[in-house]
Amino acid sequence: MRVPLSWLREYVDLPAGESGRDVADKLVALGLEVETVEQLGADLKGPLVVGRVLEIEELEGFKKPIRFCKVDVGDANGTGEPQEIVCGARNFEVDDKVVVILPGGVLPGPFEIAERKTYGRVSRGMICSARELGMGDDHDGIIVLPIEAQIGADAIELLGLIDEVLDIAVTPDRGYCLSMRGVAREAAIAYGQPLRDPALLDVPDANSYGYPVLVEDAAGCDRFVARTVVGIDPEAPSPLWLQRRVQMGGMRPISLVVDVTNYVMLELGQPLHAYDRARLQGAIVVRRAHEGETLTTLDDAERKLDREDLLICDDRGAIGLAGVMGGASTEIGVGTTDIVIEAAHFDSVSIARTARRHKLGSEASRRFERGVDPEAARAAAQRAVDLLAALGGERAQAEAGVTEVDAPREVVRIVLAADHAARVAGVAYPRETVAQRLQEVGCSVEGIDELTVVPPTWRPDLTDPNDLAEEVIRLEGYEQVPSTLPQVPAGRGLTADQRRRRRIGRALAGAGYVEVLDYPFVGQSAFDDLGLAPDDARRRTVVLVNPISEEEPALRTTLLPGLLGTLRRNLGRGNGDLALFESGVVFLPNASTPRAPQLAVDRRPTDEELAGLTAALPDQPQRVAVVLAGEREHSGWWGKGRPQVWADAIEAARVVADAVGVELTVRQDQYEPWHPGRCAALVAIAADGTERVVGHAGELHPRVLKALHLPERVAAMELDLDLLTADLDGEHLPQAGHISSYPVATQDVALVVDASVPAATVEAALVEGAGVLLESVRLFDVYTGEQVAEGGKSLAYALRFRAPDRTLTVEEATAARDAAVALATERTGAVLRGA
Amino acid sequence: MSAPNKSYDPVEVEALKPEEVERARDAALAAVAAASDLAELQEAKVAHTGDRSPLALANREIGALPPQAKAEAGKRVGQARGAVKKALEQRQVELEAERDARVLVEEAVDVTLPWDRAPRGARHPLTTLSERIEDLFVAMGYEVAEGPQVEAEWYNFDALNILPDHPARTMQDTFFVRAEDGSADSGVVLRTHTSPVQIRTMLTRTPPIYVICPGRVYRTDELDATHTPVFGQIEGLAVDKGLTMGDLKGTLDHFVQAMFGEGIVTRLRPSYFPFTEPSAELDLKCFVCRGASVGDPERPCRTCRSEGWIEWGGCGMVNPRVLIACGIDPEVYSGFAFGVGLERALMFRHNVEDMRDMVEGDVRFTLPFGMEI
Ligand SMILES: [Zn+2]
Repeated sequence: MRVPLSWLREYVDLPAGESGRDVADKLVALGLEVETVEQLGADLKGPLVVGRVLEIEELEGFKKPIRFCKVDVGDANGTGEPQEIVCGARNFEVDDKVVVILPGGVLPGPFEIAERKTYGRVSRGMICSARELGMGDDHDGIIVLPIEAQIGADAIELLGLIDEVLDIAVTPDRGYCLSMRGVAREAAIAYGQPLRDPALLDVPDANSYGYPVLVEDAAGCDRFVARTVVGIDPEAPSPLWLQRRVQMGGMRPISLVVDVTNYVMLELGQPLHAYDRARLQGAIVVRRAHEGETLTTLDDAERKLDREDLLICDDRGAIGLAGVMGGASTEIGVGTTDIVIEAAHFDSVSIARTARRHKLGSEASRRFERGVDPEAARAAAQRAVDLLAALGGERAQAEAGVTEVDAPREVVRIVLAADHAARVAGVAYPRETVAQRLQEVGCSVEGIDELTVVPPTWRPDLTDPNDLAEEVIRLEGYEQVPSTLPQVPAGRGLTADQRRRRRIGRALAGAGYVEVLDYPFVGQSAFDDLGLAPDDARRRTVVLVNPISEEEPALRTTLLPGLLGTLRRNLGRGNGDLALFESGVVFLPNASTPRAPQLAVDRRPTDEELAGLTAALPDQPQRVAVVLAGEREHSGWWGKGRPQVWADAIEAARVVADAVGVELTVRQDQYEPWHPGRCAALVAIAADGTERVVGHAGELHPRVLKALHLPERVAAMELDLDLLTADLDGEHLPQAGHISSYPVATQDVALVVDASVPAATVEAALVEGAGVLLESVRLFDVYTGEQVAEGGKSLAYALRFRAPDRTLTVEEATAARDAAVALATERTGAVLRGA
Repeated sequence: MSAPNKSYDPVEVEALKPEEVERARDAALAAVAAASDLAELQEAKVAHTGDRSPLALANREIGALPPQAKAEAGKRVGQARGAVKKALEQRQVELEAERDARVLVEEAVDVTLPWDRAPRGARHPLTTLSERIEDLFVAMGYEVAEGPQVEAEWYNFDALNILPDHPARTMQDTFFVRAEDGSADSGVVLRTHTSPVQIRTMLTRTPPIYVICPGRVYRTDELDATHTPVFGQIEGLAVDKGLTMGDLKGTLDHFVQAMFGEGIVTRLRPSYFPFTEPSAELDLKCFVCRGASVGDPERPCRTCRSEGWIEWGGCGMVNPRVLIACGIDPEVYSGFAFGVGLERALMFRHNVEDMRDMVEGDVRFTLPFGMEI
């Protein structure tokens, strides 16, 4: 809502020196969101005066027609002589009144006007167009003023060129502030001044000879006022003041009738519609649309109507979408002389649905959606009739017929404890304050301790005691609310899950990984790049109706596409050695997803009803993933660094597992998008020994890296945190072990196995075979070459033995080692090297 | 050692003759003085104070002397040995000092050589900022509540008093999830705020409830310098007996002081949210200029654009209709709620100029934020 300060002053006596900023501050404190205060004509400087064109001389021989004019500006130029002005516009004649800026004046831009030689003449000033005066971009031509304008008069004042306009973003609860009347009411309260309510007009009583109106759907339309004005001169222009106000209000001046209906809507908040009476056939009927009915609206679009759409019709069918947009067939046009004015009140939900259904928001629908004062209809119709009769030419006059169709409306009564606002705010408001503030916003208030409050008809948002409390608190000022602290009961801190996620983030960052937060949007092409099979479960996604990009309409089922994209972006920006991680959810659709039911809100839904909501949602498990490229240890003056390899990705998984206290082991696996020979399944081992694959790590497939334009050997890891920690029941309590202080006995063994035997299998056999005396086992060398038979590999282990209660003898340690080797031999065919 | 021999004449024992003792002492002192490094000194020490050195041998003879001779000889030898010992110690100190001055200097390295062999990591500042705020409220007794990002409309809208035909429902530019039949009518959306977590909390807990709800939320804005379709929000909810707007204001004041310093207060401006009534916009006093930039063109403030206040979020008293939808009796309980944006906080608290930097994952942006902010 755009509110010119000069217009606002018509309804409220603001202090004389009050600026737009001052008023804005006051309104903001009351809860109106004033977004800007526009300074109109801030860089405009006179002398800007009314002149009468005395002579026009057409100058020949130039590329475009040029006029040399003599203009009478009275004494404004100090001499009383006609002002000589060169002008390129042609839409004026001798004797027309025009706006002249004299040398020394400044037009918006700013453009200083000086005497200058042009087209072989001396031009002393300029004849101005609306555009040049900053009155909008619509009109290129010279402003021709009404004939009664006084020669030499100040045109800045005449045209209202210097003003301030408050642009207010009206929240949905404040529909009444989509009008000057509503904003003026707030301003009156803010300044403690009386309001001159523009809706207080003398309106004749309804009678039986107005234009016939039949409302078939009283639920959709509970009031319909129709008035008729005849004899309007189609040539009668909107007066300048009217055009100026409509334009400052943010709308385009079009014609007298349209400008008047828009003006009244801006003033009173009541949308009006004007029908050409000559084009109406029979009574106006308000009803819902029939199946298959269509309507061509004012914007020349043919619209298929829905049976819920509320229509205005005549004998021939639909002539308008009620409260949203009129139809083309009864549009007022160049020859219109008689009009029927509609001032109706429509159901906000119905209007909202129709506007949404046809994607057709209008100034009218915006107001009806937020609630229009049903009692304003009669005044608004009257105001339009008065203006048209006054401005529509000599023969224009209102017909005596007044049509009013009125359905009873329910009166809202709110019972309010007198101290309710005080209890909400924590401020002791006296009862009188509460009653006075509620009366200021238009409520009627009765009662002592328990108040019965009837909100005004323009405040359909006031329905609950808290709504009234807000009115009292905001008018008294939010700054009166004290700063107190509630007594919060002792809490339990973060949950185990929350602490785990933090530990993982810290552990990975401590290990040199940088966290990224990617968008979760993906397209199927991302899965193609990863080389996923057509039936891969990860291709089943949650899809958005209205994605940001049609290329990426789905939600991620893996963190890798986002991470790899960020990796590539970093590489492209010259960040070479990268270790990135992300911790976030993925979205996995269920096999079958029912529609989420629409549950009631006037009570707590039952648990079964809530389960219906849960069933409609996809699984959203928490994942952690890393990607690596370049060097894991940097090169430098000390020598070569170490390039990252597949094993770093597995180590990252161990960092995560360690952070949450889960034992993780790996198995050789093949899983897209990893390199089929360099892919590890990450396996969590539960306390009871059961194993569960929780993710994968290793080097990515060369084809994937090529498709993604990534360098060779990029490694990645992704694991499911929910799966990883599934066995950790709430609190994870590590148990202290016994620390033996007896000496350690170390034995090294080198085992030759077939190259295909996983090291993990050999190690597992050693551990099991060695028994309880084994403290640790460490693989310290892997060898293939001449000294080992073709197709074999040598694995060298350091075994450390220790007893809790004694120093081990060499024989005991050797026996344990032999047992370890024996089991490894039995399980894997390992041969003790050198044996 | 032999037994005392009464007939034994000390003068007769060659090694104990005064001149012999003196000679041995002088030889020792000369050797000590001549030692040019610690190794030579060690040699001299062995030669002149070792078991087989003349002074050690002389010392051993003393025991065989008759009592009357013992004292004199003992004194003589003792003095000689003392002198040698002292000289040795002195020379040791001298030579160590010499070594320190020379050798350790030779071993010097340029410690300003760069050493960044191990890569550095960092957490995303939006993560750590969220944790910082969570910790602050946890310290006050709040708990951290979470919920799904793909959410049922009932949780995201209806239960929050944003009813289907209410203009507010279209105010939040919502991503809708496609239904199985391909229509838009799945009843499921990407949550537009973390408020559905408040609903879930109220449905599953009984008051008193004090929770903080951090998380990712979604709106259909295109990414630019000040907008992102995916962003972080953190909301607080309190439901208890007798809670007032004053309690809300006090909680927010404490919050912004902990985040931005002593004396930073909040300002509440009346506003509208369907789920709170009364509702307010939440501003905080500019922690950079503390309002001094207002109306002073000489001291413009970038952080608050010389407004003196920074807009941060929204808040209000929980609408009783919301309590009813969650099965909480508004006659007994009242509540307050507030919500702030993390990206915006990162922008004004850490001078981030472009929101895209938080989204793109450039390590040069993230690394300086380290592990906590
Ligand atoms: Zn500032």
